[in-house]
Amino acid sequence: MTAQRLFDKVWDRHVVASPEGEPVLLYIDLHLIHEVTSPQAFEGLDLARREVRRPDLTLATMDHDVPTIGIDKPIEDPMAAEQIARLRDNCAKHNITLHALGSVEQGIVHVIGPQLGLTQPGMTVVCGDSHTSTHGAFGALAFGIGTSEVEHVLATQTLRQVKPAAMAVNVTGELPPGCTAKDLVLGIIRTLGTGGGVGSVIEYRGPAIRALSMEGRMTVCNMSIEGGARAGMIAPDDTTFAFLEGRKYSPQGADWENALDFWRSLATDPGAQFDHEITIDAAALRPAVTWGTNPAQSVSIDDVVPDPATLAIDSQRQLAERALTYMDLKPGTAIRDIGIDTVFIGSCTNGRLEDLREAAEVVRGRTVHPRVRAMVVPGSARVKAAAEAEGLDKYFIDAGFEWRSAGCSMCLGMNGDILAPGERSASTSNRNFEGRQGPGGRTHLVSPAVAAATAVAGHFSAPGDL
Amino acid sequence: MEAVQQISGRAVALNRRDVDTDQIIPAAWLKLVGRTGFADGLFSAWRTDPSFVLNQPGADTAKILVSGANFGCGSSREHAVWALQDYGFRAVVAPSFADIFRNNCINSGVVPARVSDEAAERIFGALAADPHAETVVDVAARTVNIPAIGLTETFELSDFAQWQLVEGLDDIALTLRHDTSIEAYEADRPDWLPKVRAE
Repeated sequence: MTAQRLFDKVWDRHVVASPEGEPVLLYIDLHLIHEVTSPQAFEGLDLARREVRRPDLTLATMDHDVPTIGIDKPIEDPMAAEQIARLRDNCAKHNITLHALGSVEQGIVHVIGPQLGLTQPGMTVVCGDSHTSTHGAFGALAFGIGTSEVEHVLATQTLRQVKPAAMAVNVTGELPPGCTAKDLVLGIIRTLGTGGGVGSVIEYRGPAIRALSMEGRMTVCNMSIEGGARAGMIAPDDTTFAFLEGRKYSPQGADWENALDFWRSLATDPGAQFDHEITIDAAALRPAVTWGTNPAQSVSIDDVVPDPATLAIDSQRQLAERALTYMDLKPGTAIRDIGIDTVFIGSCTNGRLEDLREAAEVVRGRTVHPRVRAMVVPGSARVKAAAEAEGLDKYFIDAGFEWRSAGCSMCLGMNGDILAPGERSASTSNRNFEGRQGPGGRTHLVSPAVAAATAVAGHFSAPGDL
Repeated sequence: MEAVQQISGRAVALNRRDVDTDQIIPAAWLKLVGRTGFADGLFSAWRTDPSFVLNQPGADTAKILVSGANFGCGSSREHAVWALQDYGFRAVVAPSFADIFRNNCINSGVVPARVSDEAAERIFGALAADPHAETVVDVAARTVNIPAIGLTETFELSDFAQWQLVEGLDDIALTLRHDTSIEAYEADRPDWLPKVRAE
């Protein structure tokens, strides 16, 4: 038998039909839905008088436009309230389990799937959200879809898919102290470029990936889409199995043993070839800070704002010039000399317990700079509760951070947690696009540790600088 | 879905790469629960600049958008396609598209016409010389034409996507032809795979 890749093994197991001249029909093991990309899908379903085929493979939560303060009060924004009411009605009508605002299981869709043990190796997972790639950290094939596809999955539990190419991202060496999974993935995207992964599923491989915790692996896979990739995957190993054991939806007893046998068979076979391959040396990385308006535009915190004139490709130079104008930055400025107004710690990229621990350790006993507004938005209600049980909330609150409830919040600024025009943030989220965190806002992507140190210093700083 | 065979009309040239869906339709607009009403949100931040292409005379009647590589990157929001459609666009011509955006286009009946880098440069050149030139996207022939100067460029689109667009097919109905295969597949799935419980 020819050597297979992790991606092929998962793909092949999910092919329902391969009709002549058509893309294959792929079975979907888990469909996650939320309030923003589902109402039009349910409307389409109802208009065609179709049912949800597998409510038991579908889970809904509220995350994108929920408030993160006063969650026990009626939602003030009438449009958000309407959208959330719509989700509640649609789930009730179609017997879909919903983890609503106020529930202990509510949270960002990509935080709660793994937390519940619903995301397992070898599964296919989709959601009307591009950061669905997060779930690939478990060796699942997980990707974002549009609303028409959400409707298609609701009705058929399948998707019509052309098989993407397979790309290997090999990460050699060891991350230096002070460097996190976020710095690693920003380094990978810097090498790959925003469109380098288009049409491909990435498998992250190598010792630096193996050394990551599940939280770190989720951070890396989460941002696969920022390099244009369809999905990111990491072969499951003992770290994965230890994370899954005993979770609400993890297999139990004899099923656990059966599942383990299967999960262990998923790793890419020795000698398997990839369509594309890049190699990154983890040891050469430093904490990363983005300077531009796409996630590939980052440098080390020790560096300066780059000069677009040094870029060889016309389109990249124009992009960099435009980005610097939008970001109000001058080439040659030391990254550490850039002052910031707001710090946001949270999102599906960096809103898990490990992220909050890293940041809390930095702010513990310190004070947020008087000019800075700083907030922590846990990725889920359970992450919030676990952080509080460890006393992390006290470190943040005593330092001057706002301690919020779970949601997407300022990552995309749908719920009113936004930057004012011209405001500059250090954010642990995933996108620094123009206006992403509010019209006219300027976003710099960083790790939780750098975000925390920056909140204290008022300008970009690593924990060691304090 | 409405069938789309040939689109003729004005083309707007947005000559920059990596246009993300947050620019096409900002998040504030995603609170709408229908598929219409997005036209004013289309590129709303960029439209505050008087020199932006959509603020040029006649742009409001355009049917074809020509842009740089990796168009539609970022968020999966299909609202980006609905906004383009609501404004009047029926096709986007670019050297490459983000994967999710391209699928969303096909599912909503907007043509994602992928041309070579060189072809995109020639089209940009032609539109710079005559911004009002009539442009034709022919889905059946897979070509972008500017008849006045005899320019014809081919574009890439899979046979299946072409068929879906030209026939305006209901994708779900197509899939349901394979219902027995889906049932057979489901009967074979291991029991230990997770099932969400009611709460």
